[in-house]
Amino acid sequence: MKIPVSWLREFVEIPENLSGREVSELLLSVGFEVEGVDTVGDVRGPLVVGLVKTIEELTDFKKPIRWCTVEVGAAHGNEATPGIRGIVCGARNFSEGDLVVVAVPGTTLPGDFTIATRETYGHISDGMICSVRELGIGDEHDGILILPAGSATPGDNAFPILGLGDEVLDISVTPDRGYALSMRGMAREAAISQGVSFTDPGVALAELPEAGGTVIPAASDDYQACDLLVLRTLGNYNPAAPTPDFIKARLAAVGVRSISLAVDLTNYVMFELGQPLHAFDADKITGTIRARWAKAGETVETLDGIKRDLTTEDLVIADDARVLSLAGVMGGAYSEISETTTRVVLEAAHFNPAVIAKMSRRHKLSSEASRRLERGVDRMLPPVASARFAQLLIEHGGASFEGTSGVEQAPDPIVISFDPNLPGQVAGHTYDAASVEKILVSLGCSVDTSKTPWSVRTPTWRPDLAAAIDLVEEVIRIDGYEKVPATLPTAPAGRGLTELQKLQRRAGLHLAGRGLVEVRNYPFVGVAEFDALGIPAKDSRRHAVQLANALSDEQPLMRTTLLPGLTGALARNISRGFTDVALFEISSVSLLSAKQSATGVTNPPRPSVLQRPSAADIAALEALLPEQPLHLGVLLAGALNPAALGAKPTPAAWSDAIDIALALGIELGVEIEVAAGDNAPWHPGRCAALSINGELIGYAGELAPRALENLGLPKRAVALELNLSALLAAANVVASAPAIWTFPVAKEDIALVVKADVAATDVLNVVREAAGQLLEDIRLFDVYEGSQVAEGHKSLAFALRFRAQDRTLAAEEVAAARQAGVDAAAKSFGASLR
Amino acid sequence: MSAPNKSFDPVEVTTLSAEVLAGFVSEAISAITAANSLDELKEVRLAHTGDRSPLSLANREIGALPPAAKAEAGKRMGESRGAVNSALATRTQELETLRDAALLIEESVDVTTATGVRAQGGRHPLTTIQEQIADVFVALGYQLAEGPEVESEWLNFDALNIAPDHPARTMQDTFFIGSEDSGIVLRTHTSPVQVRSMLNRELPIYVICPGRVFRTDELDSTHSPVFHQVEGLVIDKGITMADLKGTLDHFAQSMFGEGIVTRLRPSYFPFTEPSAEVDLQCFVCRGTSVDNPDAPCRTCRSEGWIEWGGCGMVNPKVLVATGIDPEIYSGFAFGMGLERTLMFRHGITDMRDMVEGDVRFTRAFGLGV
Ligand SMILES: [Zn+2]
Repeated sequence: MKIPVSWLREFVEIPENLSGREVSELLLSVGFEVEGVDTVGDVRGPLVVGLVKTIEELTDFKKPIRWCTVEVGAAHGNEATPGIRGIVCGARNFSEGDLVVVAVPGTTLPGDFTIATRETYGHISDGMICSVRELGIGDEHDGILILPAGSATPGDNAFPILGLGDEVLDISVTPDRGYALSMRGMAREAAISQGVSFTDPGVALAELPEAGGTVIPAASDDYQACDLLVLRTLGNYNPAAPTPDFIKARLAAVGVRSISLAVDLTNYVMFELGQPLHAFDADKITGTIRARWAKAGETVETLDGIKRDLTTEDLVIADDARVLSLAGVMGGAYSEISETTTRVVLEAAHFNPAVIAKMSRRHKLSSEASRRLERGVDRMLPPVASARFAQLLIEHGGASFEGTSGVEQAPDPIVISFDPNLPGQVAGHTYDAASVEKILVSLGCSVDTSKTPWSVRTPTWRPDLAAAIDLVEEVIRIDGYEKVPATLPTAPAGRGLTELQKLQRRAGLHLAGRGLVEVRNYPFVGVAEFDALGIPAKDSRRHAVQLANALSDEQPLMRTTLLPGLTGALARNISRGFTDVALFEISSVSLLSAKQSATGVTNPPRPSVLQRPSAADIAALEALLPEQPLHLGVLLAGALNPAALGAKPTPAAWSDAIDIALALGIELGVEIEVAAGDNAPWHPGRCAALSINGELIGYAGELAPRALENLGLPKRAVALELNLSALLAAANVVASAPAIWTFPVAKEDIALVVKADVAATDVLNVVREAAGQLLEDIRLFDVYEGSQVAEGHKSLAFALRFRAQDRTLAAEEVAAARQAGVDAAAKSFGASLR
Repeated sequence: MSAPNKSFDPVEVTTLSAEVLAGFVSEAISAITAANSLDELKEVRLAHTGDRSPLSLANREIGALPPAAKAEAGKRMGESRGAVNSALATRTQELETLRDAALLIEESVDVTTATGVRAQGGRHPLTTIQEQIADVFVALGYQLAEGPEVESEWLNFDALNIAPDHPARTMQDTFFIGSEDSGIVLRTHTSPVQVRSMLNRELPIYVICPGRVFRTDELDSTHSPVFHQVEGLVIDKGITMADLKGTLDHFAQSMFGEGIVTRLRPSYFPFTEPSAEVDLQCFVCRGTSVDNPDAPCRTCRSEGWIEWGGCGMVNPKVLVATGIDPEIYSGFAFGMGLERTLMFRHGITDMRDMVEGDVRFTRAFGLGV
């Protein structure tokens, strides 16, 4: 909201010496953030009103030139010709007797152009007659700016007349303060902020001449939607009457284009008082002007040239023949003020803010009017604002007053029961009753302090004040938030982070400590990414939550896997010249159950907010949502460790992805089981399924060549994705201490030849099981395939350690346990000792 | 070896005379001192203490001496051998020390070639700043609360006194699931976690809720459709705005240094009343750059304060919607953007750096901010 300080000063006694910057600081202290302070026109130095006395046409030059004498007042003439200056001018749109604006020597115009006395075209030119463009306040015409006859005296300072030098505050107004979207509202706030007097322009009706003409009748079909409608009809309007310069200047300063006098005045009064107004061409009206609900199938063409289909939830202003406008949002094209309009009917109304907000939202149409009406406008303003408009149209447009009509249903006033101690209780700071009362009165409240709690009747211009807490906020705000002290409340003794929260941190630290780099990708994915990864059509990962308004048509889904984001981040790093990249991400994914729809439900629960929702309501709300577990994703390309002296970098292999999962399991005290898996986008022959106690938690291994090629990623990149929530939940928080046996260890190695498709872990598990209690540890240390074993077979070498709790093992005991393992492997897998 | 001869005069056995033995010792010590390596010393040891050495040969003669002479000759022999052995031990130690020193010099390496053997990992600063903030509040006794990112519209808006027609609920700001009427959104703030806390936790409530949130902004250098917030919520008996101010000051000092304070400016949020914007005193210039063109401050643009977040006293309507009696309990809430906090604290100039996953960015922050 742009606020010219000069306009503000009409209603509030801001000390003369306060700059715009200082005014903005006062407003800031009461909660109005000033985003900038601009000065209208970059003009410095004497700029005065001049009266053109004589014009001499100079014809000896290539273009017509005028030599003028201009009366500029005693203070601005020169010694030779007191009060008069000779000026050479190239423009031709002015005549002797016109009032113009003169930049006398020493004045600096926009572009740092300083006027000096100079000889030109055979004359001394002692100043400049200015155009709007030269003054930097517009570019609508090239000719000289001519002031209305008699509107000023030669020698007058032209700055205030043109609104030049006026400072304009750009204020952001929070949505609860609709009243502040006007000079009236901001002037009141400025007055309160510095305790100076305020003249309210929004209470007294302007004096109008006696009515004399035909009045257009008014009606409202629904007082819940429109409880006040005032019409003022004016005739004999001169559609060619110009808008006064000061009004144009002010509208320009608040960012509104000048259109015609009648339209400009509706805007001017709206910015001054805050009441949106709409002027119709009265000759286009048939019968009664009525606020009513639109009928299905009706349409209206709005002023922006768009034909809009209406529904029964649209409130319109209509006459007996047609819909004239979208009430409070935008006028209609049919009845708009034109160059031939001579009779004007002005609508000023009070609408239900929710109705306007809904219409504005439904039609995606936000106007200066709807912005104010949806935030709430003073219900007493329509008659005041429309009288102000009528007065101005009579004064500047030659109109005559024909009459007023209107309908209303007055609401009950708002009276709040208010404990004067409440502000102190909320703030933690003492406010004496007298200050509380004074602040409430300054806002416009009438306060009955005869009984406690007080009765506070709020002013009509503050529909936002509806409950005691609203008044509390105003008391603390006006007294100053800076007066609130600082104390630290004592929370009950805490128990710190939960185990899961601690474990999640440990997982991140562990992975980063292994040399992996954490990324945080966007959760948006698309079908093309599933396709590139080779995820099959029926895969549950394709059953993803769908956005109604995705930023990109390519990524309308919420991720069910972290891999698309990781492959994107890997591609970006590779494109930036990195070949060895190890990434991880810990984020939630959104997993729908088979029953849940990707687009949600059509009739979601909406519990009342006037009480705690029931357990059933809460359960129904939860049931809307997908399961959102944390996943861990890891993606490795190139070498896990960089090249270093004496160590050749080895590219990350399928086993590294599995190792990262297993090591994380060890860090968290969870044993992760590995089995052969088959799940896109992994290479079907190099994919491990990871489980905890038989419960699948994810996959690790090398990515399928086809997927890598589709994604433009390096060959042999490897990945891991697992359900981290499940892993953390299984974490062994309180580990049991092992028995430390100290009798000598016996070490045995065995090499077992099995068919190539037998899983090493399966053999290991069988041997471990069969070797019994004495086996302390078993590890796979070599896998051999080649000429030393039969075709289609491989040799698995295991290192076994035996130890007993209570004795040194005898050689026969060890041999027996070892043989038991070998025999079991032979039985289960046809393994033979090599 | 000859048999003992009782009449034998020791003086006549010249090899055992004091002079001769002294000569052997002196020769041995000269040779020991002259040995320049442990190998040379080994030869010297053999020559002067070995079986064929003059001392050993002389020693054999002792047995032939008459008993009266044996003791004296034995004593002389012992002293002579002791002197040689002591010289040998001393020289051995000297030569070993020299050898060890030479070996260390010989084995020296360029230790600066050891860099970069292991890859450098890193944690994202958005992760670690969440942990850092959580730690500040956990130390005060707060609990860390979490909630889902795909959230019901009721928890994200209705329960927070954000009316159905509030502009924030339009598709211009909020990501809806399925359609605008599905009742499911991507949470636009972490405030639904506050609602969940009020619905599910025992009173009093002291929680800190960091997390990922979503708005329909296109990504540019200062906006992102996905960003992070941290919110704090306290519901207890007698909680005041002064408690809010003191908590924010404590937070500011914990994150930005001793003595840094916050400033509250009136504002509006549907879920708090009174509501305020939170400004942070500039932790770089501490306000000295204001009206001081000679020492401008880039962090606060010489304004002395940095916009940090929003806060307020929990609106009684929100307490009612979650079943908490506003006549007994009051509370405050505050919230800050984490990207913004990281940007001004760490001099990050482009939002995109935080979302693109460039390894250089994350690595710069190590394991924690
Ligand atoms: Zn600073």
